[in-house]
Formats: sequence, structure tokens, C-alpha cells
Amino acid sequence: MKTCLVVDDSSIVRKVARRIVEALGFHVIEAEDGVEALVHCKKAMPEAILLDWNMPVMDGFQFLGTLRRMPGGEEPKVVFCTTENGIDHITKAMGGGANEYIMKPFDKEIVLAKFQEVGLVEREEETAA
Amino acid sequence: MNPPDYEYLRKLLKERSGLDLSADKQYLIESRLLPLARKAGLSGIPELVQKLQGGSSALITSVVEAMTTNETFFFRDKVPFDHFRDTIMQDIIKARAGRRSVRIWCAAGSTGQEPYSLAMTLKEMGAALTGWRIEIIATDLSQEVLEKAKAGVYSQFEVQRGLPIQMLMKYFKQTGETWQVNPELRAMIQHRQLNLLQDFSHLGTFDVIFCRNVLIYFDQETKINIFNRLARQIEPDGFLVLGAAETVVGLTDTFKPIADRRGLYKPNDPRAAAAAGAAAPRMAAMAGR
Repeated sequence: MKTCLVVDDSSIVRKVARRIVEALGFHVIEAEDGVEALVHCKKAMPEAILLDWNMPVMDGFQFLGTLRRMPGGEEPKVVFCTTENGIDHITKAMGGGANEYIMKPFDKEIVLAKFQEVGLVEREEETAA
Repeated sequence: MNPPDYEYLRKLLKERSGLDLSADKQYLIESRLLPLARKAGLSGIPELVQKLQGGSSALITSVVEAMTTNETFFFRDKVPFDHFRDTIMQDIIKARAGRRSVRIWCAAGSTGQEPYSLAMTLKEMGAALTGWRIEIIATDLSQEVLEKAKAGVYSQFEVQRGLPIQMLMKYFKQTGETWQVNPELRAMIQHRQLNLLQDFSHLGTFDVIFCRNVLIYFDQETKINIFNRLARQIEPDGFLVLGAAETVVGLTDTFKPIADRRGLYKPNDPRAAAAAGAAAPRMAAMAGR
């Protein structure tokens, strides 16, 4: 089973995200900020990271930069999931090594589409073919 | 909903749009038409039916539009767009190397996601199509839907369903809470109002016809009629693309499926199709002898 690390300072968002990502077949672990997320990644790299931008201690963008410089840190598919919906933020995130970008509010359809886009979830047609 | 009202609406929709509702689609009518009735200041479906029977043509148009508008998103089902790039266009680039032009028809263009997805796919093919004349014609029954397609303005929610973020960054411009397709992409598409039940020979012939998830609403006879007329608008070496749940098999000999490419069809040689059609009864007659 693939693991998805959900990083968000809001426990409500983490709960919603957990429910969606678990329904897609992932084992979910949670972190409240970038520092806590790094601790998890040092222990074991997850396959997927759903990442908020604005968080105390270490924000999502700083976390991403640190992650990508870590040994094995290029492996996880990182999908931002944030209220920052401006093109400037999106450009910055993608330039910083993110794989996809979700603008909040989000739902299961969006997470599924983005996870399929980066190859974390297979498309139905592909499995059928 | 009372049965006579339902029957009236079914018949009206069948005549105006070809939409073939089975006897159990009351919920669909209620969910689509109740908001419309309220918006028009009517108390509910019975009063709406009364007005329609009174012959309000504007109201008839809105009812047909409300019932035939379907949800769509960018790169819907993904695979047909991969086939378009890897199979259809590769073939066309070779076959049309001389005249360097391609004509594509989105026969159920809806709010524009499909034609824009095709336009983006072509743009992404880059140098392979340099100097090519590309024509994409997107048609839909509904004027309101066409206006939205033409404007190319989508909500944050809409641009996140099926559209990779790289494509959003490359081909859209953010204006407040919405995203608009850039002018270059918009200029690649002509939007026209069209009812598939009516003659469409004036559109000319196409190399590729996308006709996805619209024929499922028609009855058998109407489907056959549309397939036969589509066959006349397609180049002999062109491609027809249908939705995942649709097929020509058992309906017409004018198209044949392409092996291992679900949803892709090629026109049959007209003589071969005629021979196949003629052969069936002869075989039956022989068997009976």
C-alpha cells in the first residue's frame, strides 16, 4: 500500500484530506507543519505528499525545497493543496519542484484527477485496456 | 410529477432535440426543470407545462437546453486524447503531408472543454505541425452553452478537473476567481450552433470527428441516421471518436472499430459496407433454402 503524507496546520483539513486519500487506497500519515513533515520523511519517504502552503514553523514551500535536497527526496510526488490560488504562487511552487497543484476548496474528484495526473493512481480506462 | 405532464415533456424533448428519455427519468426532469421554472416565476412543473403548451418558444428553448446540457471537463477520460495525439494525428501528419491541413469537428462541443483540450494537444505537438492549417469546429445545440465555450472562461473548480497544472499555467490567464483560455487557443476554434437531428452537410468534410457522449441520449433509429450522415462528412481515411459507452457495432456498417483503440472508428469503404449490408439477407435466404 502506498503512503500519503498529509501536511496541513488545520486538523479539519487533514481529516477531510485523510478521508479522500484513504478512499483512493493510500495509507495516510499526518503532519502539522513542515518540520514535522521532514521528521516523517527522514524516517521513511512516502510515495505522495499533499502539502499546504501557509503553516507555522516551516511553510510548505520551505519544506519542499528542503525535501528535494534530501537523499531520496526527489522520489515523493508532491501535490500542493492551498488557498494560495494566484499564478505567481503556482509558478513558484512548480519551479520549486512540486508535481501538481490544487487550489482550495478541493473535493475527491480534484484530488483523484491530480493523483492520476502524476501517476499515483491508475486511470480506469488504462486498467480496462 | 403527473404522468400526462411527463409524457408531454418527453414528447417535446424527443421532437426538439432527439433526447430519448425512458419512462423513469422523472427525477432528471425535476432536478433540471424545477430551478428553471422558479427562475421564470412559475410555481412548478405543472405551470411550466401549461406555459409550454401555450407555445412560449423562448421557454421551449430553455427547457431543451436545460435538459441536454451535460457535465464535461478538460481531457475527459484522457485516453481518447492520447489516441488523438499518438494514433490519429500521427496518421494524419503522414497522410496530409502534401496539403498540410486538418479539419476537426467536435460534434458535442458543449462548454468548450473538449475542443480546447484538442487545441492544447495540437499545440503541445509543436514543430510536427508547424505551417499546418488547423480548423476546429465545435458545435452544440445550446446557444447559452456556446457563448460560454466561446468566452473560454472557467471557474477554479472547472480548471482543476482533468487539466494538468502545467497546461493551466501555459494556456490560461487568471482574472480574479476565474481563468480564461488565451486568445491564441481561442482563435483556433469556431463555435457554431447545430442540432444533430438537422442537416449538417454545410459543415463540409472532416479528417476527424469527435462525437462523444451525445448519441447515448438518442434512440436506435436516430443513432443510425446520425451515423450514416456523419459518414458522409468524413474523409475516407478519417477518424470518428465516440464515448466509452458508445459503439457503431450492430447499428451501422458505415464505420468499423479500430482494434486496440477503444472509441476509435474508421469509415468503411462505401462499396464494402454496401456489400456487407447486402450479404446478410442473402446468407439468411440461403440458410432457409
